[in-house]
Amino acid sequence: MSSKLAKIEKRTAYLLILPSVLLVFSIILFPIFSNIWISFKNVELKDLRIPEPRAKKLVKSINDNPNQIKVIYKLRNSSLTQEITNVKFKDKYPDDIEPISLNNKCQFKSNLLKCELGNWPKKYRENLEIVFQNINNQEISKKELKAYKPKLSGKSQNILLTYEFTLNNFKKVIKDKAFIDLLSTTFYYTFFGTIGAIVFGILAAQMVNQKFFGRTFMRSVLLFPYVAPVVALAYTWELLLDPTSGTLNNLLINYQIIDGPINLLGQKYVTLNILGFDFKLRLALTTVIIFEIWRYFPLAFLFILARLQAVPKELYEAADVDGANPIQKFLNITLPQILAVISILFMIRFIWNFNKFEDIFLLTGGASGTRTLPINVYQQGFSIGDIGMGSAVSIVIVVFLLIFMFIYFKLLGKRADEN
Amino acid sequence: MKIKNIFTYCFISSLFLFSLICIWKILVTLQGIELTNFNFNKLFIFGIILCAINLLIGKKLNLNIKITILALLFSIFDYFISTNLPIWYSFGIFLISLFFFNNIKDYDKNFLSKNHSSQKLFFNFLTLFGITLFSFVILFPFYMMLVTSFKTQALLLLNPLDFSINFAQGLPELFKSYFIVFKDYNFGRYMLTSTIVSLGTVIITLIFAIPAAYAVARLNFFGKNFLSTSILIIYLFPAIVLVIPLYTIFSQLGLRNSIEGLLIVYTATTLPVAIYMLQGYFKSIPKELEEAGIIDGQNWLGIIFKIILPLSLPAISSVALYVFMIAWNEFLFSLMFLDRPNTFTLSRAIQFLNVGAETPRQYLMAGSVVVTLPILIIFVYFEKYLVSGLTAGSVKG
Repeated sequence: MSSKLAKIEKRTAYLLILPSVLLVFSIILFPIFSNIWISFKNVELKDLRIPEPRAKKLVKSINDNPNQIKVIYKLRNSSLTQEITNVKFKDKYPDDIEPISLNNKCQFKSNLLKCELGNWPKKYRENLEIVFQNINNQEISKKELKAYKPKLSGKSQNILLTYEFTLNNFKKVIKDKAFIDLLSTTFYYTFFGTIGAIVFGILAAQMVNQKFFGRTFMRSVLLFPYVAPVVALAYTWELLLDPTSGTLNNLLINYQIIDGPINLLGQKYVTLNILGFDFKLRLALTTVIIFEIWRYFPLAFLFILARLQAVPKELYEAADVDGANPIQKFLNITLPQILAVISILFMIRFIWNFNKFEDIFLLTGGASGTRTLPINVYQQGFSIGDIGMGSAVSIVIVVFLLIFMFIYFKLLGKRADEN
Repeated sequence: MKIKNIFTYCFISSLFLFSLICIWKILVTLQGIELTNFNFNKLFIFGIILCAINLLIGKKLNLNIKITILALLFSIFDYFISTNLPIWYSFGIFLISLFFFNNIKDYDKNFLSKNHSSQKLFFNFLTLFGITLFSFVILFPFYMMLVTSFKTQALLLLNPLDFSINFAQGLPELFKSYFIVFKDYNFGRYMLTSTIVSLGTVIITLIFAIPAAYAVARLNFFGKNFLSTSILIIYLFPAIVLVIPLYTIFSQLGLRNSIEGLLIVYTATTLPVAIYMLQGYFKSIPKELEEAGIIDGQNWLGIIFKIILPLSLPAISSVALYVFMIAWNEFLFSLMFLDRPNTFTLSRAIQFLNVGAETPRQYLMAGSVVVTLPILIIFVYFEKYLVSGLTAGSVKG
């Protein structure tokens, strides 16, 4: 009895999860695997158009004879790169019309013109001319002939489904001189973006954790940058930072803090003189990181605030009795309490910042030293049009991701053991 | 010891007062008023003097009278060192200094001789200053977005610092950019598309996720643990690694430039987190309720519809709002999949505006307001649900 129930339960469970599993499999897991497939192929954006045979039908009257008519089919292979095999042609004609002569490729049977046109190499063009006459010696209407459209079919190899593989994409990715630069930019962006977001998150959470007028309003406001659409925010920032008519530069010039405008999003390096040493700062990258921090610290804030509110008040009271100062209280009570949240946040944000595409794409488009791995995927795949290369770069991202996830779940497991 | 405390107190307080004044001055500058100097030296030194006076008076005078006098002194001083400024500017200075002296009115010699008083002071000011600065930094871009959309190209170029809104020109003139954006740039259509896509994603995701989450939370089957861990792993995979294969597959299937294609992708990418959030909640519903349902002769479908759904409405609303937000804000897939203007979503349309020919920035900002406002209104109105959705689903960036 119970085993029967268990069986029903199992069946129901599979039935309930099946749609979700199928959808996620086809849209998320399958593409990840096909990424591997594509990355070993030499595919370009223009190859994605499936080649098809095309025909244009022209109807011409013959000067001295209204009972006859000439039909010209302009045939061509739409693809510039691939062959189409076994092309078949079909067209329909009105009842009282028949061809005068036909070449051996074609047949005319019960108003249907059928042709076997064989194989078409790439860029292939051909004109097929057939003269028709009316059986009853009546005038042929051009309009009636034009009303029918020819149908063509043919087989072509889909470049994605062939078994030709190449290692060139990966060779190009790794041998590229800019690859090291690409990696270091990505890690720089990811690391400082994550750390900054967490630091500001802690500051904001500490602030909001105290009682003051308008606290709930403040909490909503702090989440605005995270909730609003990235497109709107990125373009607003672009206007704000614009070198000629942007608010920030004009404000700084107005108060004589800087002499001339600084192109914060378009300048790769800026040289800073600190204590007599010259430092080269990656300016555009730093600006992008600041945007990143601005947009994502609310998340860290939310998490840390939730944790702070759960810290027992007695701990602070005890510290007051012991005469601890505010810094000691923060270091010895608050920080250990929120450390677990911070480490989880760090891992999650690190993984997500590593894959962040939209923010940089909208702010700089990857120019002036802000090209990270995700931006490179887009540029290789869609700006240059080399789908295979783009895929290879995505595979590099996936490999890094798997490493991060391994570390993350190891840490998570360790923490679960401790509890 | 005490001297040091007094010194730090004066220094920190005056610095804080000066920072508040700076923020006020920046805001004033942005109203188109010419102001080119912060007057750091004079204001800072005068601030130190006033703070010292405040300390000396202590509680000898009525506190309200004390702060009013000090604030008045400060604003009169500021009025004399700066010239040609409107009266509301000085009034603002007065209010700010009133607020400031109100905060330090309780400090006297006794407080400063206590332990850690200077650190406490510092942190008190840091909190106050932090709140002002954070609100300023966060709200300013939003404010700029809104005001720019009310301006004309000529005004924007004439004085890029003038962010005042001229209400005298009448409403039709004020909202001109919005009329143009909706009429000439077809934003009404894009807004409809965005709404359909977002609502559609929410509905389809819920239809798929609720049964799956119920199965993961309640039923026993082979591969359950594997499934629940893989949900999280799949969720961590970003859109950027899916984009090339999906682009190639969708191009060949002819699903690009279609709302259906977008719906499929959005649903699939939000499904893992929806299942993850819902199953957590379903687990917290007491099992006895379902057992009662089974005794009453309900089948699984009946249990889900009559017991689980009504009880988990808060969690479902969180998920729905969160999914709506993701779909509304989504950019990467709409950039890749849509290149015909008649299928654009709002985000894609704004990007198209920016990339295309020199679009005047007030139209761009009007478009940005159109895409931002609905989601902010929803957020403020349903904050409780959305915050719990954000917290649960925030593994996603």
